[in-house]
Amino acid sequence: MSRASDVAETAHRRDIRNRWLLSAPALVIIFFAAIGPLFVVLLYSFMVKGDYGDVKYWQFSTEGWFGVLFQRDIFDDTVTLADANIQIFLRSVRLSLMTTLATLVFGFPTAYFIATRPQRTREIWLFLITIPFWTNLLIRTYAIMEVIRNEGVVNSILLKTGIIQEPVQILFTDFSIMLGMVYVYLPLMVLPLYASMEKLDFRLVEAGYDLYATRFQVLRRIIIPLVKPGIIAGSILVFIPALGAYVTPRVLGGGKNLMLGNFIELQFGQGRNWPLGSALSITLMLIVMAALLVYVRSTSSSGASHG
Amino acid sequence: MAAGRTAIEAKRVTKVFQGAGQDAVKALDDVSVSILENEFFTLLGPSGCGKTTLLRLIAGFDFPTDGEIMLYGEDIAPLPPFKRPVNTVFQSYALFPHMTVGQNISFGLEMLGKPRAEIDARVAEMLQLVRMEELKNRKTSQISGGQQQRVALARALAPQPKVLLLDEPLSALDYKLRKDMQIELKRLQHETGITFVFVTHDQEEALTMSDRIAVMSKGKILQIGSPRDIYDRPAERFVANFIGETNFLEGEVTGTKAGSATVKLDTGAAIQAGLPEGAVPKGHVSVVVRPEHASLTAAGGKADLAGTLDNIVYFGTDTHYHVKLDGGGSFIIRRQNSHRAGESHAIGDHVGIGLEDGAAQVLRD
Repeated sequence: MSRASDVAETAHRRDIRNRWLLSAPALVIIFFAAIGPLFVVLLYSFMVKGDYGDVKYWQFSTEGWFGVLFQRDIFDDTVTLADANIQIFLRSVRLSLMTTLATLVFGFPTAYFIATRPQRTREIWLFLITIPFWTNLLIRTYAIMEVIRNEGVVNSILLKTGIIQEPVQILFTDFSIMLGMVYVYLPLMVLPLYASMEKLDFRLVEAGYDLYATRFQVLRRIIIPLVKPGIIAGSILVFIPALGAYVTPRVLGGGKNLMLGNFIELQFGQGRNWPLGSALSITLMLIVMAALLVYVRSTSSSGASHG
Repeated sequence: MAAGRTAIEAKRVTKVFQGAGQDAVKALDDVSVSILENEFFTLLGPSGCGKTTLLRLIAGFDFPTDGEIMLYGEDIAPLPPFKRPVNTVFQSYALFPHMTVGQNISFGLEMLGKPRAEIDARVAEMLQLVRMEELKNRKTSQISGGQQQRVALARALAPQPKVLLLDEPLSALDYKLRKDMQIELKRLQHETGITFVFVTHDQEEALTMSDRIAVMSKGKILQIGSPRDIYDRPAERFVANFIGETNFLEGEVTGTKAGSATVKLDTGAAIQAGLPEGAVPKGHVSVVVRPEHASLTAAGGKADLAGTLDNIVYFGTDTHYHVKLDGGGSFIIRRQNSHRAGESHAIGDHVGIGLEDGAAQVLRD
């Protein structure tokens, strides 16, 4: 009997060893390409900034982290809250939330439309949704710029038709940043929404109508609760990259409407404050992790209800 | 069944499903039917006969291409389902998976905007009616198929609809459970006094539960009548074939009087046979006789038909005698078994067949 258990024990151990060996290449890549650099960034955030960028190695300070929220007056060293930084944080979160909401508002009917098409045309619609991914993000962003700039398509048409006398300033506003982000991230909302709507049993919708629910009540009481996992997944997929967006706010926001991504880039470039940039990066990551935590908690509680 | 008011009336309803390209499907073809108040009415037919389509038109999930659907004299054909006082028990039950048993049952009442106290009382009453009180707070995924069936029933009955539509609700249950639910459904219909419109392809289910049955085929209603009418006096070959076992005989009509005809069978004998409603057949006709409405007679005695005993099949409750008729064709006789009488016939015997009075029925086609 002890021999049988020995054999089982050896087999089990071999099994585990094989599993580690098989996943080793992936683990090595993850460590060196993702986790390793993260530690470097964490380390840099605690070092003294160099005079021309870079950091003074192995000279530690919390000045970088201090700079995330506070600023020191140049002349009398009084400490005040760094309003500008907080503004940028708040604007980033606000713009990202609004982008998420807008993609949800536009993406939900789109996904519903596709999910209710016959099988064959569904594939065509899905294909159309993914087409924007074929073009580089920067080029797509410049295309939007072309549409909304003062001499662009929208303003030209409005001027020609006499609806307005002066061009409307659309470009380089928070609105233009949002417009760009909604355009770029919309497929990321539509695809997970579609995935959960495709699984929706439309006989439940019929049952809802049968039990005196109006169209709006069916949407609120039956469809939305059942596609909630898709809504949450889509929101996460849009919110996270939107929060760290760099190209879109840079091109469409001009220089003045900064988001977190641009602010971080600024510290590594003109700002020559690598520790602050590193600290800001880590802060951004913490915000994202907090958002993910909310996601995990809400899905695990709704997961039980969906069996 | 009281000969009460008409609850639902379909007037010359046609439904065409426009398929891709030219292939349009005529699911219902000029169908008219009246369903009475408090009636257990069954739409019976093979799959694709249009019975579910008719049910969906009454529920409001589809709209008729032509014709009217009246509910207590009011045309409801253009109304959306949520404006019709009609509820459905779905074949798949379609219980809401994100709600508990109790929430499922209260859903319709909430949508009607009933006060909370009334909803709670009604839900409790419904749970009691389907004997599910202790499962109120379970998720619908945590209960068995039979229990889900009961919840679906309770959910549809809770808003006290004028008509309850049941779309093959028992087809997903196993045999024993189906038998229990048949009795249960009949009890519920009796207790609630609601008109039931029941769709099934199971002829036995239709015969045991219904007050009246409409037999459907290829988008048309072939015959409407009580289970006994349909079984004893099928009007068409399809009806006779679809429900139970039948013997078909061929013959010539030699004379008719009120409701019956004298038919001279091809085998030589002349018999009296009932006529289908409104039909005056002449010339060559088909006649049906149910296997249990005929009996074997001693050889040489008076008999309507004669032949050679080809096979004897013992079924426990009854025995089937397969007879090869002298004039060609075959005939099956079913006899109830009794422990007193032993087997008195053997394969190869020449036997006579006696038909009960009024057992034979002329078919319309």
